[in-house]
Amino acid sequence: MLEQKENFRTEITSEHKLMDLHLKETLGYKDLILLFVKRDFVASYKQTLLGPLWAVIQPLLTTIVFTFVFGNLAGLTTADIPGEFVIPGFLFYMVGNVCWGYFSNTISATSGTFINNRGTMGKVYYPRLVSPISTAISKLIPFAIQFAMIAVFWLFFVIRGGTSIVISPMLLFIPLLILQMIFLSVGLGIIISSLTTKYRDLTMLVSFVLQLWQYACPVAYGLELIPKQYMALYMLNPVVPIITTFRYAIFGVGYFSLFYYLISWAFSLIVFFIGLILFSRIERTFMDTV
Amino acid sequence: MDELMVRIENVTKEYKLGQIGGTTLQESIQRFNAKLLHKEDPTKKIGASEEQYGEKFLALSDVSFDVKKGERVGIIGHNGAGKSTLLKLVSRITAPTSGFIGLNGRITSMLEVGTGFHAELTGRENIYMNGAILGMTKKEIDAKMEDIIEFSECRKFIDTPVKRYSSGMYVKLAFSVAAHLDSEIMIMDEVLAVGDMAFQKKCLDKMTQVSKDEGRTILYVSHNMNTIRQLCDRVIVLNHGRVTFDGDVEEGISIYMDEEECSQKEIDLTACKRTHDHASMGEVVLERIVSDRDSGWRIPVTEKLEFSIHLKANKDLENVGFRMGLSTADGFAITVFLAPNLFSCKKGEKITIPLQADTSLLAPGKYVMTAVLYGVNEYGAWSFYDHVGNAVIFEVENQLGFNENMDWDPRHWGHVKLPELAVTGSIIKK
Repeated sequence: MLEQKENFRTEITSEHKLMDLHLKETLGYKDLILLFVKRDFVASYKQTLLGPLWAVIQPLLTTIVFTFVFGNLAGLTTADIPGEFVIPGFLFYMVGNVCWGYFSNTISATSGTFINNRGTMGKVYYPRLVSPISTAISKLIPFAIQFAMIAVFWLFFVIRGGTSIVISPMLLFIPLLILQMIFLSVGLGIIISSLTTKYRDLTMLVSFVLQLWQYACPVAYGLELIPKQYMALYMLNPVVPIITTFRYAIFGVGYFSLFYYLISWAFSLIVFFIGLILFSRIERTFMDTV
Repeated sequence: MDELMVRIENVTKEYKLGQIGGTTLQESIQRFNAKLLHKEDPTKKIGASEEQYGEKFLALSDVSFDVKKGERVGIIGHNGAGKSTLLKLVSRITAPTSGFIGLNGRITSMLEVGTGFHAELTGRENIYMNGAILGMTKKEIDAKMEDIIEFSECRKFIDTPVKRYSSGMYVKLAFSVAAHLDSEIMIMDEVLAVGDMAFQKKCLDKMTQVSKDEGRTILYVSHNMNTIRQLCDRVIVLNHGRVTFDGDVEEGISIYMDEEECSQKEIDLTACKRTHDHASMGEVVLERIVSDRDSGWRIPVTEKLEFSIHLKANKDLENVGFRMGLSTADGFAITVFLAPNLFSCKKGEKITIPLQADTSLLAPGKYVMTAVLYGVNEYGAWSFYDHVGNAVIFEVENQLGFNENMDWDPRHWGHVKLPELAVTGSIIKK
């Protein structure tokens, strides 16, 4: 090895730079991301009778059950702020369920990134981040279908009248909210997936914690139910401002606090970057431990 | 053509022995706690010696070499020599413990056939999938689509989901994708072992051709010396994680063959790679094979091989059979010895079975034994309990007087000397 040190297009060493996230390289694989999305979609609905209709059936049935159990039986409030508003409980539960559904589905799917893909990842290199990114995108497809379903019911209630629903500029918040949900759920998902390469306990924990977490979010009840003294603590749950703002956007009335909303954004971004750093650290050698 | 494509510089890869991973958070905390309090590690297995715990294993130690553009390098070595580890490092599946790897070009690694194939997708969709995983863009795949389908010989089924494919078609399709990639460096790990001979030859020819025409660099690992001979123009021999030879193909192969330690009596199989994946694998495990001879695995021609196998049962089983396949050092299968319904076992038992294989018909030369434990149930379905390829290499030594002292050339005469012809009547002379 007498020649001068040459420049190689790809260099592999044992050292790892903290901020070396392969983002540029990952973008070069956009075709692969799209193919993964397509594969997930095709594979999950192939040989099913109803196909993508399942994306509608699940939240629809959940919403009906929620309306009956939490609305009619338990009589929990569906108001986020005190006052004389008429919000149809059905639409209220549906919005909450769809938001929470995307969030929890994305976390549980991305948290298995390393373990579920070890067969492929152990045999071929591609930027590992491609997997969680494509998962987050493919979960957007059923979300979009569900969102269309919400729009249909929303239009129905708007046209029929008799409710407090108004069309407001808050609707413009929706793309931002979706973006934030992606950051938060993918961030948490890749943190968990990085840790599960060593500690399998977390896979057990994920589904269980997600179930409990749902009760800490205003999905089955309105924000008004929360006692004033716990409000500040409750609002620190980063998912709460997402769901309440989402509902505000759709109903035109509801709860919005810029302060908690920004905290929730900051939390999402921090989680996402911690996730990226951890992920790029683990991805180099996870095949040795997984 | 002197452009440097791959540089491996002082590369070392270390693995922790024993239970890698598989720890739970609880164990980690317990261990950390014990360390803090200077107590004995509670998660340590009883009986495991202090040194053994956390012992390190160097899969590769201080490996260095350069590969230039257009070179077709064969990497050979015994089980555990570090071949696959080396390919994994170069293809970026895992990172080295120390050292530097530089690559000048796009890499395609085929460490397995059909990586990323999804059973529900059609052949065509899988071509896109597989191509994209290997690093192609959709446009590039579109441009090559016709060639790929043509080469794969699967045109009729290209729009059928691959779950309906035969395994042969699956391999052909997968290989076609890889062979048509525009990558500058191609890495293959025994992928050609599957597929029929004709297709194997077609693939090797294709590889050789693209390497010559387009200057593609190839790193190829195989136990089959014939494919190495056909494809490679340079050989690197690895032994226990070190490069022991680098250069001419024939010389390298003969060095690799000579490295075989036939004089060692006892062969430990616990660390060997298992060459089959079956649900029942591991229910009985081959731990050691021990030759009865003082000369180890070297026997004079016309004599029989006497040895014993040492097993450990992890499950109650009945009628376990032992099978021992023989192939030449080049990888050609010659014959098989069967021992059906050899034993029954109870969980936790350690079993030693003395065996004799009548190898008296084998011609002089080196032979590779594949050891398999299998079972057949009452419905005729079989299952593998253990499957060790290249478990033992033994040598049949020529003796004075064998074959009337004529040289036995296996290339023309084969590997088996059948009994002499018998004359069935009186010889008629006219």
